Amino acid sequence: MGLEADSDAFPWQLKILIAGGFGAGKTTFVGASSEIEPLNTEETLTTASLATDSVAGVERKSTTTVAMDFGRITFPDDNVVLYLFGTPGQDRFWFMWDELSRGTVGAIVLADTRRLQDCFGAIEFFEQRGIYFLVAVNEFDNAMYYTPDEVRNALALPLSVPLVMCDARDSHAATRTLITLLEHVSTTSSPHPIG
Amino acid sequence: MNAFDGQSPREQGIRPYLVTNGRTHPSAALDLLSMVRSTGQVPHDVLGPEHSQTLRLCRSPTTVAEVAGHLRQPAVVVKILLSDLIGTGAVTTHDPTATADVTPDLIEKVLHGLRSRL
Repeated sequence: MGLEADSDAFPWQLKILIAGGFGAGKTTFVGASSEIEPLNTEETLTTASLATDSVAGVERKSTTTVAMDFGRITFPDDNVVLYLFGTPGQDRFWFMWDELSRGTVGAIVLADTRRLQDCFGAIEFFEQRGIYFLVAVNEFDNAMYYTPDEVRNALALPLSVPLVMCDARDSHAATRTLITLLEHVSTTSSPHPIG
Repeated sequence: MNAFDGQSPREQGIRPYLVTNGRTHPSAALDLLSMVRSTGQVPHDVLGPEHSQTLRLCRSPTTVAEVAGHLRQPAVVVKILLSDLIGTGAVTTHDPTATADVTPDLIEKVLHGLRSRL
């Protein structure tokens, strides 16, 4: 437990969101990269009923429970902790993302080539808010292989957004994807990129 | 000691809002990444077993999200428990924005740390 070495100082925090469609491998990715067993919690939100479940003429509030996964990687030497949040996959929880994305350094959008359209919502969300992100194509064993260019075209993804292939089960692959995201943030946000 | 020791309230079949005495709004401003840590001060008020469990989980700095994950309680319930503990001085918190400033230096440190894991 790295944090106990200096329990008086609160560590510096960095947050990365893991987004993507339902079943795209978000929990797997968090599990592969986290140093702890991924934890799960629920945030209970009171919201005005969404159009899809509103009863015509009846104004009411509903309570929605949103589950999320999270993991962490501690860097005790620098007193820094990286938090990984797996966001809810269902599009109807989009309102939750604003709270989750506050203060985030960037996001990884996991794409499943069998259901590419499932990650459109996440891509649009991060594009609109100017949040740095990359697309990681989760290589499922039984999925047809597409080249990165084919996936980029299908997603209409600009060249400025990195696209990587990633086996979300593999901790090295997941770590490399996190590195690619942070390098992207580092070079894009700096007016004078180093290296 | 009782038969429920070591079990989370939810495993004991206790409804989340029983844990909070029916309260649904935390008194302290906490979000999922707010850092909390016990101060070592023993609370004077009589608090429930869930408070003790919560207190044990923040012996070293941790986040609201992590405490919630371990307690297997919704985040809002944990925020209420932590608010109570903050009120008694047993727990201190830290605005996440104070230590979540995304600086190039912070990114470099994490990049360095991640590369050394490969």
